[in-house]
Amino acid sequence: MSEEVTAEILTTHILDLAAEGKRLDGRGPDEYRPVSVEPGFVVTADGSALARIGETAVLAGIKLEPGKPFPDTPNAGVLTTNAELIPLSSPIFEPGPPQPGAIEVSRVVDRAIRAAETVDLTRLVVTPGEKTWVCYVDMHVLDHGGNLIDTACLAAVTALAHATVPAKRFEVGESDYPLDVQHLPIECTFVRLGDAIVVDPTFEEEQAGQGRLTVATDETGRVVAMQKGLVGAFSPDDVKDVVRRALAHGDRLRAIARGGPG
Amino acid sequence: MGSVGAKDVPVLLSPEGLRIDGRHLDELRPLAIRAGALHHADGSAFVEWGANKVMAAVYGPREVHPRHLQQNNKAVIQCKYNMAAFSVDERKRPGLDRRSQEISKVIAEAFESVVFVEEFPRTSIDIYIEVLQANAGTRCAGVVAASVALADAGIPMVDLLPAVAVGKVAGQIALDLKKEEDNFGEADLPMALVPQSGRLVLLQMEGHMTPEELGRSLDLGVKGCRDIYERMKAALRARYAAPAPGGAA
Repeated sequence: MSEEVTAEILTTHILDLAAEGKRLDGRGPDEYRPVSVEPGFVVTADGSALARIGETAVLAGIKLEPGKPFPDTPNAGVLTTNAELIPLSSPIFEPGPPQPGAIEVSRVVDRAIRAAETVDLTRLVVTPGEKTWVCYVDMHVLDHGGNLIDTACLAAVTALAHATVPAKRFEVGESDYPLDVQHLPIECTFVRLGDAIVVDPTFEEEQAGQGRLTVATDETGRVVAMQKGLVGAFSPDDVKDVVRRALAHGDRLRAIARGGPG
Repeated sequence: MGSVGAKDVPVLLSPEGLRIDGRHLDELRPLAIRAGALHHADGSAFVEWGANKVMAAVYGPREVHPRHLQQNNKAVIQCKYNMAAFSVDERKRPGLDRRSQEISKVIAEAFESVVFVEEFPRTSIDIYIEVLQANAGTRCAGVVAASVALADAGIPMVDLLPAVAVGKVAGQIALDLKKEEDNFGEADLPMALVPQSGRLVLLQMEGHMTPEELGRSLDLGVKGCRDIYERMKAALRARYAAPAPGGAA
C-alpha cells in the first residue's frame, strides 16, 4: 500500500533528522508546539476548556450531578473520566466502541487527576454513605495531530479549575460555588527517536516513535503518574532525564492552565 | 413539547410580539460559520448558531467500512451525528442512542440527494457531526456545518444544503426556535432546502399545526434557508478567497 510506503519513508526521515537534533517541523528536541487553552468554551457544561497543542485540539467538559458514593468509600465523592476519540478528529478513528487508544488516554489522564488529588473527593460528599456529587470529566478529541494525552490532561485540569458546583440547580444548596481544586497535575509526553528523546510528539513522530513516556507532575514538584506506551525501551537514566524535563514543562503549562500567557 | 403539567412556563411572546430573546417571529438567531476549522479532516466546518456549537468533518471519498455496505454504482454516504456528554443540561451518556441514529439517517439521506454519488463508486463519504453545545435546532446546525464541510472537502454537489427549524410558539409561527421555545412550544418543523430546485430533502415535524399553519411554516422556513444559504456561501468565500489559515475549532 502506498500509504505504508510513505509512512516508512517518513519514519526514516524523522529518525535521520532526530539523529542531528532536528525535527520535521523545525522544533528543538525539548520544545513544545504552541500551547493554548480556552476555558468556558461550552456553557452547558459546569466547567469546560478547549486545549490546543499545535494541530491537536481536545475539548473537556465537566458535569456534576448528585449521586450515591461507592459502598466501600462512603466518605468520598465520585470522579469519572472518559475520553472520546471520535472519528471526526482523525482519518484513523472509526465509529464504534471505545478503542484501546481512547481507553489509554482516559485512564492515563484519570490517573494523574486522581493521584494528584486535583479534586478533594471528601469535599464532594453531601451526606456520608448516601449522597455525594459525582464529577464527570468528558474529553472530546476534536483534532488529532499527536500527543493526545498532554492535550487531554491540559483540557481536563483547566476545565476542573474553572468548574462550578451546580448546587442551586439540583437543590442541594442555596447557591452554586466554585469546585475546590487543590492541585493541578500536568502530563508531559516524550517519544524516543533513535538516541534522541523528544517532547510533545506530533502524530508522525508517534508513528515513528520507539517508545513513548508520559510523566505527570504537580505544582509541588511531585511526580504523580507515569505511563510508558508503544513499543520501545527507556533506561533508568533516560527516565530521570525525562522527569527533570517534565517538571520544567509542567510549570509552564500549569501557568497556561491557570490562565497565564503561553 | 413538554408543556403539559410543566411548571414555570416562560412567557414566550411579549405583548409587542417579541420572543423570549427579543427576536421577531421571522428572525434567525446569530449565525457564524467557519469553513476549514480542523486540520486532519478532508473538509470541516464549525457553526455557532445562537447557543449551539456544532463541528462537522468530512472524510472521503475513501474505502467503505464496513465493507459490505459498498455499492458498485455509487458512493455511500455515512453520517454520524453525536452529542457530547456535556452539551446539554443533564449529562448525556456517551454513545449511540435512538435519537442520534435517526437523525444520522435522515441527514445522510438528505446529502445523498445532492451529492453526485455516482461519480465515486465503491467509496464512502463519511460525515461526522459533533454537537458540542446544544440549544435546539442542532440537527439543522449539523446539516449546515456538514454541507459547508462537504464543499470544503471538494465533494461535487448539486448545491449547498441550508437548514432551519420552524415552530409554533404561543400560537404563532416562528423561525429558528431556541431551547425554551422548543421545550414549551407547540410544534417543531426542521427542514433542509436545495436552493437551486426549491425542494426540501430533509423534513420532520412534531407537534400540532393546522394545514394552513403548516403551509405558512414551510414558506417561512424556505425564506430562512435562503438567508442561511447566503451565509454558507460567504463562509466558503472567506476560506478560499484568502490563503488558508488552517486554525482549529
